[in-house]
Amino acid sequence: MKRRRGSIAWWLIFAVGVAYFFLPLFATLDFSLKARPAFAAYNNSFNDPKFLASLIYSFVIGLLTIAASMGLIIPTAYWVHLKLPRARPIIEFVTLLPFVIPPVVLVFGLIRVYSRAPLPLTHTDLGSSALLVFGYVVLSLPYMYRAVDAGLRSIDIRTLTEAAQSMGAGWATILWRIILPNLRVAVLSGAFLTLAIVLGEFTIASFLARPAFGPYLSLLAGYKAYEPAAVSLISFGLTWLAMIVIALIGRDTRNRIEMGGAH
Amino acid sequence: MTTPVERGVASARPVRRISRAWLGVVPFFLVAFMFIVAPVSYLVVGSFQDNQGQTTLQNYNDLFTPSVANAFRFSIEISLVTAIVGGIFGFLLAYAVILGGLPRFLRNALMTFSGVASNFAGVPLALAFIFTLGQLGIVTAFLKGLGIDPYASGFSIYSKIGLELVYLYFQFPLMVLIIAPAIDGLRPEWREAAESMGASSRQYWLQVALPILLPTILGTMILLFGNAFGAQATAYQLTAGTLPIVPVIIGAQISGDVLHNPGLGYAMAMGMVVVMGVSITVYVLLQRRAERWRR
Repeated sequence: MKRRRGSIAWWLIFAVGVAYFFLPLFATLDFSLKARPAFAAYNNSFNDPKFLASLIYSFVIGLLTIAASMGLIIPTAYWVHLKLPRARPIIEFVTLLPFVIPPVVLVFGLIRVYSRAPLPLTHTDLGSSALLVFGYVVLSLPYMYRAVDAGLRSIDIRTLTEAAQSMGAGWATILWRIILPNLRVAVLSGAFLTLAIVLGEFTIASFLARPAFGPYLSLLAGYKAYEPAAVSLISFGLTWLAMIVIALIGRDTRNRIEMGGAH
Repeated sequence: MTTPVERGVASARPVRRISRAWLGVVPFFLVAFMFIVAPVSYLVVGSFQDNQGQTTLQNYNDLFTPSVANAFRFSIEISLVTAIVGGIFGFLLAYAVILGGLPRFLRNALMTFSGVASNFAGVPLALAFIFTLGQLGIVTAFLKGLGIDPYASGFSIYSKIGLELVYLYFQFPLMVLIIAPAIDGLRPEWREAAESMGASSRQYWLQVALPILLPTILGTMILLFGNAFGAQATAYQLTAGTLPIVPVIIGAQISGDVLHNPGLGYAMAMGMVVVMGVSITVYVLLQRRAERWRR
C-alpha cells in the first residue's frame, strides 16, 4: 500500500523531468515548422552553403582533435603505466586542469600568447585552426585520459608488451597493433564525446574567429527567424546521435563517460 | 628502444634509467606547457601588471569595485542556485527510476536522455528556451491561453531566473548521470541489516543511506556549480551581454577592452580560475571520502 502511494510521487517527478527535457525540443520543432512553405526552414538551411561548410569544418576539426588527442594520450598513458608509474599523479593533475580553466579563460590566454612572436598563430587561417584543434585537445584531456587510463587498467599491458617485444615488435607496432585495438571501446566513447562537444562548441571557435558550426548558428540567430530553430534541432540530433553511439559502444563495459564541457 | 638487455644495463645505473623513461612523456608535457601552462601564465603575469607594465596588486583590488564584484556575486548566485536545485531534482529523478518502482526501461531511457542533455548546451540550448519561454514561446502562449501572462508579471527568459531555468537543462541530467551509480551502490544488505534491527524506512534513509551518499551528493553539486560558473556560450547567446556574468564580461574583454584595463581582465580570469580550482579541489576531496564505501 505504502509503496504504491510513494510510486505516484516518483512518477510525478519523472513526468516533470520528461517535460523539462522535451518541451524545449518540441518548441524548437514547432517553431521551425512555422516557416512557409512547409519545411522552408530546413530547405533554406540545407541550401545555405555556409551551413554545410561550417558543419564540415567543425567535423574535420573534431576528427583532427580526436587524432591529436589520442596520438598524445595513448602513448603517454601507456608509457606511464609501463615505465613511469610515479609520473601518474602529475599527469592526472594536468588532465584535470581543463576543469579548472573555463574555455573562455583558456581562449583568452591562447589568443594573447599566440597573437605575437615567436608563434603568431592567429595571424593566419591555418594557424588559427591549429590553435582551435589544440584548444579542443585541452578540453578533451580529462575524459580522454580517464577513458584510456581505465582501458589500460583492464588489460595486462606488461604481458602484451613483452610478448610483442619477444617477437621483435617496436614501440610503434606495439601501440598501433596491440594496445590501440585493445583500447577500442574506451577510446571510441571518448572520441564520440569529443566529436559531440566540438560540433556544438561556441566559445573558443568564436573568439578565434573560426567558421565553425557553433558561431554559424549564433550568427544565423541574429538575422533569421525560423532557420535557427531548424539548425538547433539538427545540432541536437547530432549530439543525440553521438550519445547513442556511445551508449551502444559502452553497453557491455563499465567505462561510462559522464561529463563533457563547452557550455 | 628498451630491449631486455638494455633494461639490465639500465638497472645497474638507476639514475640514467629514470631520465630515459621521462623522455616518453615529453610530448605530453610539451603540449600541456604550450596550450595550458603558457596561456594561463600569461594571464597570471598580466594580472599583476598595470597599463605601464609595472608590477601591481591594484587589479586584484579592482576586483572589489562594485561592478566587478557584482558580476562575481551574480555568477556565483546563479551557479549556486542551479547547482542546488539541479542537484536535488537530479537526485530525486535518479532515485525515482532506480528505487521508486518505475519500470526498468524508463531508467535506461533516462540515462540516455541525461547523457544527451548534459552535453546539449550553448547556442542551440539558449535558442530552444527562447522558442519555449520567450515572448512568443509555446509555453508562454499556452500560459497566456490560461489567462496567465508570465511577461506581464515580470518574468523574462532573458533575466536571471530565465538563465537559471536554461542552465538547469544541463545541470540536473549531469546530477542524474553521476548520482545514479552511487544510488546503485547502496547494498540491499545495509537496508536489511537496518531493518532487522528494527529501523524504519525513514531511519534507514536518515542514518544509513544519506550519510553514505552525502559526500557524493555534495561533491556532485559542487561539480554542477563549476559547470554553470564556467559556462559562457549559453549566457552570451541568451542575454547578449545584458546580464553581468563573469564569463561573458571576460569574453567582451577579449574582443575589445570593455573594462578599459587589460590587467583587470586578466585578474577577472584569475578570479574565475580560483573559484573553479576551489570547487574542483573540494569535489576531489569529497569524492575520495565517498569512495570508502565503494568496494
